[in-house]
Amino acid sequence: YIPRSDNQDVMLECLQRETETLLKLSQVSRITSVFFGGGTPSLARPSTIAAVLETVARHAGLSEEAEVTLEVNPTPVGSSKLEDFLHAGVNRFSIGVQSLRDDDLKVLGRDHNSQHALQTVVEARRLCPGRVSVDVMFGRPGQCVASWELELDELLSVCDDHVSLYQLTLERGTQLFRQVQKGQLSVPSDDITAVMYDSARRILQKRGYLQYEVSNFARNGAISQHNMSYWKASQYLGVGPGAHGRFVPRGEGDVCREARTQTLEPDVWLREVQQRSHGTRRRIPSPTWDCELEEVLVMGLRLIDGITHQHWQLFSPRADLYQILSSSSEVQDLQQTGLLILDDRGLRCSWQGLALLDSMLPTLLLLLEAYITQGLQEQQARGPIGDQRHGGQRVSKPG
Amino acid sequence: MQLSLIKHQGCATPFLRHLLDFRVYQTRQRSQCCKIACTVIRHRWMKRAPVFCTHNTTNKMISTQADKENIDMSKFPVERIRNFSIIAHIDHGKSTLADRLLELTGAIATTDKNKQVLDKLQVERERGITVKAQTASLFYKYQGQTYLLNLIDTPGHVDFSYEVSRSISACQGVLLIVDANQGIQAQTVANFYLAFEAQLTIIPVINKIDLKNADPERVEKQIEKVFDIPTEECIRISAKLGTNVEQVLQEVVKRLPPGVVANIALFGGYLSKGDRIISAYLGKSYEVNELGLLRPDEHPTDRLYAGQVGYVIAGMKEVKEAQIGDTLYHQKHLVEALPGFKPAKAMVFAGMYPMDQSDYSALRSAVEKLTLNDSSVTVQRDSSLALGAGWRLGFLGLLHMEVFNQRLEQEYNASVIVTAPTVPYKAILSSAKLIKEHGKEEITIVNPAQFPDRSVVKEYLEPMVMGTIITPDDYIGKIMSICLNRRAVQKNMVYIDDHRVMMKYLFPLNEIVVDFYDLLKSMSSGYASFDYEDAGYQPAHVIKMDILLNGKPVEELTTIVHKDRAYSAGKAMCERLQDAIPRQMFEIAVQAAIGSKVIARETIKAYKKNVLAKCYGGDITRKMKLLKKQAEGKKKMRYIGTVQVPKDAFINVLKRKDK
Repeated sequence: YIPRSDNQDVMLECLQRETETLLKLSQVSRITSVFFGGGTPSLARPSTIAAVLETVARHAGLSEEAEVTLEVNPTPVGSSKLEDFLHAGVNRFSIGVQSLRDDDLKVLGRDHNSQHALQTVVEARRLCPGRVSVDVMFGRPGQCVASWELELDELLSVCDDHVSLYQLTLERGTQLFRQVQKGQLSVPSDDITAVMYDSARRILQKRGYLQYEVSNFARNGAISQHNMSYWKASQYLGVGPGAHGRFVPRGEGDVCREARTQTLEPDVWLREVQQRSHGTRRRIPSPTWDCELEEVLVMGLRLIDGITHQHWQLFSPRADLYQILSSSSEVQDLQQTGLLILDDRGLRCSWQGLALLDSMLPTLLLLLEAYITQGLQEQQARGPIGDQRHGGQRVSKPG
Repeated sequence: MQLSLIKHQGCATPFLRHLLDFRVYQTRQRSQCCKIACTVIRHRWMKRAPVFCTHNTTNKMISTQADKENIDMSKFPVERIRNFSIIAHIDHGKSTLADRLLELTGAIATTDKNKQVLDKLQVERERGITVKAQTASLFYKYQGQTYLLNLIDTPGHVDFSYEVSRSISACQGVLLIVDANQGIQAQTVANFYLAFEAQLTIIPVINKIDLKNADPERVEKQIEKVFDIPTEECIRISAKLGTNVEQVLQEVVKRLPPGVVANIALFGGYLSKGDRIISAYLGKSYEVNELGLLRPDEHPTDRLYAGQVGYVIAGMKEVKEAQIGDTLYHQKHLVEALPGFKPAKAMVFAGMYPMDQSDYSALRSAVEKLTLNDSSVTVQRDSSLALGAGWRLGFLGLLHMEVFNQRLEQEYNASVIVTAPTVPYKAILSSAKLIKEHGKEEITIVNPAQFPDRSVVKEYLEPMVMGTIITPDDYIGKIMSICLNRRAVQKNMVYIDDHRVMMKYLFPLNEIVVDFYDLLKSMSSGYASFDYEDAGYQPAHVIKMDILLNGKPVEELTTIVHKDRAYSAGKAMCERLQDAIPRQMFEIAVQAAIGSKVIARETIKAYKKNVLAKCYGGDITRKMKLLKKQAEGKKKMRYIGTVQVPKDAFINVLKRKDK
């Protein structure tokens, strides 16, 4: 969202106000990471970023080590402001390079070229060495495996220690979607993108980047702390139009994590924050442990380390993963074919299995659902179960 | 307009009334004694027709005539009655001629809006075909005498030949219409033989002489060559313009023998209201509540006399009681049943299932209602793991099946899944135990699940048909080769003129049920015509073919095929399944097998990647929703071993290919 220059101040005020409201509501004492993302936050004034961070620090602890990431579009304008953002408190840059092929960037509707991208990466690395992430996209129209491998090699030679790897998804309503529908452009087939994903994983590994999640790779331990909170089902606050959060609103006396979505339309959001100090549009409490458990399972399996028994125990003190899954013949099949591993460490995908995660999840979800239904029936007979909360709080802010 | 209203009220009466009433359309006197015998040729509710654009005009005219309430039917001695029918290949102008005849005799007003007045069903008007026989009584003045001409409009296609032969048996003559441009076509031949075998007088009428490319001389020569009718006997007309149509009526009066002479010569029997009649087929007795003429709407009279064609409403409770071809006689005067009655025999079977199982009862009631109207459809309850509860319906032919489906959709708004049609095979059992179990040696197999093993069977039989193909000679080579491919045996081939050839082939019915006609049409640029008639059963080497998914058989896809066709049928089935089953985490072998021998195989490759490559804060809710939906969908999957098969995959494989 690009606010008109005359309401940048209003925007800032509202961001601060919502941050304050939600922090109070969550009663968290320490913020471990902040992420400015969604849209083009690098278009915001560095002073806005600084002011929001101040608000966070004022209402909760924000340690020196806290990871503060800013999403950056590699345009010349964005690049020139990086230093100011650094001074405003940002200590990690995530750069949406996407591609080094200028034609492809045009097709994707990006307003930067490969030269801008490379310059931005160099500048970001100068400012935050070891704390720069680069986004790159495969499965683009007209792309072939050989050119993808070449491009990735080229990109990795300038990259810092973190790479996020995405496959292009065609979103309904976009021009790209229509062009592909009409047959004006063609995207690589599923078989080809499978090879692209596989070869990218190998190339990254060879270069010393360890995969720690489906689409994230890090060298020298430069894992994104913030994103880990999503996959480990920790608490995070979402501030700003359309932001999503998951936290326990202890201020209201609740004990369960709640899913919150902020109002999407910026103008409406602004008005709401002005009127009632927050723009929360939807609240989905998870009073029973099932929604929560499903999310723990789905998100946790995206990690290369999967879900440890200890982690699962935090959310499901009664039933361990063995109890829920090991008697199923389908799970046994998945284990035998070497896609899924369930052992003393916990539940996780094999290297091969990670690429097929979405095919395995419906099976696992059904088993979990069956277990929960059975558990609920027993629970009704025995009485309610206790709270099982855990630590780790983060703030997430789209700009 | 008045009558139009009355008619609508009639339509609004509860369906039950239609169940209870039925009409008999022919009365016949037997010569032996003073007994009445009636042959049922059509049911009353066939007349419940959709309203169409010409209705107003039509009814106005009829209502004026209807004003002369009691037509004294006794005024028409048999000498002045002619019962005739019009037969023709599709589109040769049968219904147009009928319209003109109705206009000429004042049964309907002369207007350019009269189009296919007798074709009342929506499907008939859309396809330009006649499915149900319709009857109209025409009064025609010739040389100072008024004649009663009963026109029985019949379906053209052999699928409906039970209707045709019923109609024909009620006639003394037929008008055989041939298009002056297209000449003799396959149906012309089939219909000619029906009439010829019934020993009727045949008046050839060459229609559409107004067309630019009309060549009546050539057609006359064809008629002479194929049917052995002298060229002078042909009447050249244009039904569209009305040219020479009057002459047709005159020839009907002149050439056709009057009424049912043999019967009436001895005694002038009659049927009146209140008489008790007995069905020779069921032995049940009924009271005649109403009777009358059809002009073409029901026109009640007090009595029907020998030779006249009309309807009867008696207290029959079920449509099955009103069998077409049954003989009805006066309670007090027992007669032998008239010859020619045989229940219609299903030639083509197809499974029919509701699109959604929750529509089952609605579809059941629609099927029941429609089979009341068309009792030639046999209904057997069936169920399939993939498609749920449904029926296996037997039809007289492919067109009949299509028409039934279309009527189901149009008149009852039902959406159905129709499986690929199959034919009834027979097996001569060798196992004494099985023979005892079935009570007979020869059994008919409609459902592949009941196919007896080779070891207990002496031989299998498959239904055959005699096919007639008429084509310009340019296509002979191609047509002979597709016939050969379809296991057909050539029985005859003659040139009917300089360029056209008539070929006769004995086909296994199974070979033509799905797409033969379409293939023939497309390879002859639409010029070849095809028709067929039942030709009994012949021994055949048929086998049961299973479809396997990773080695596990799929019950609902089991089919009976001829040994020589097993490979191509199996391959086609595997290919369709390959397209219909989504890729899964493991490779899937789709196989067709005869016993333990695999004859065809396709492979569905395993997924290599299925993971959303981006999942942060905002994506999580969406992702969870999608996964939950997939998990729900998984519950509805049919499992063959570990292979997940979406229900519509079977539907796609089982249903008939869209044309």
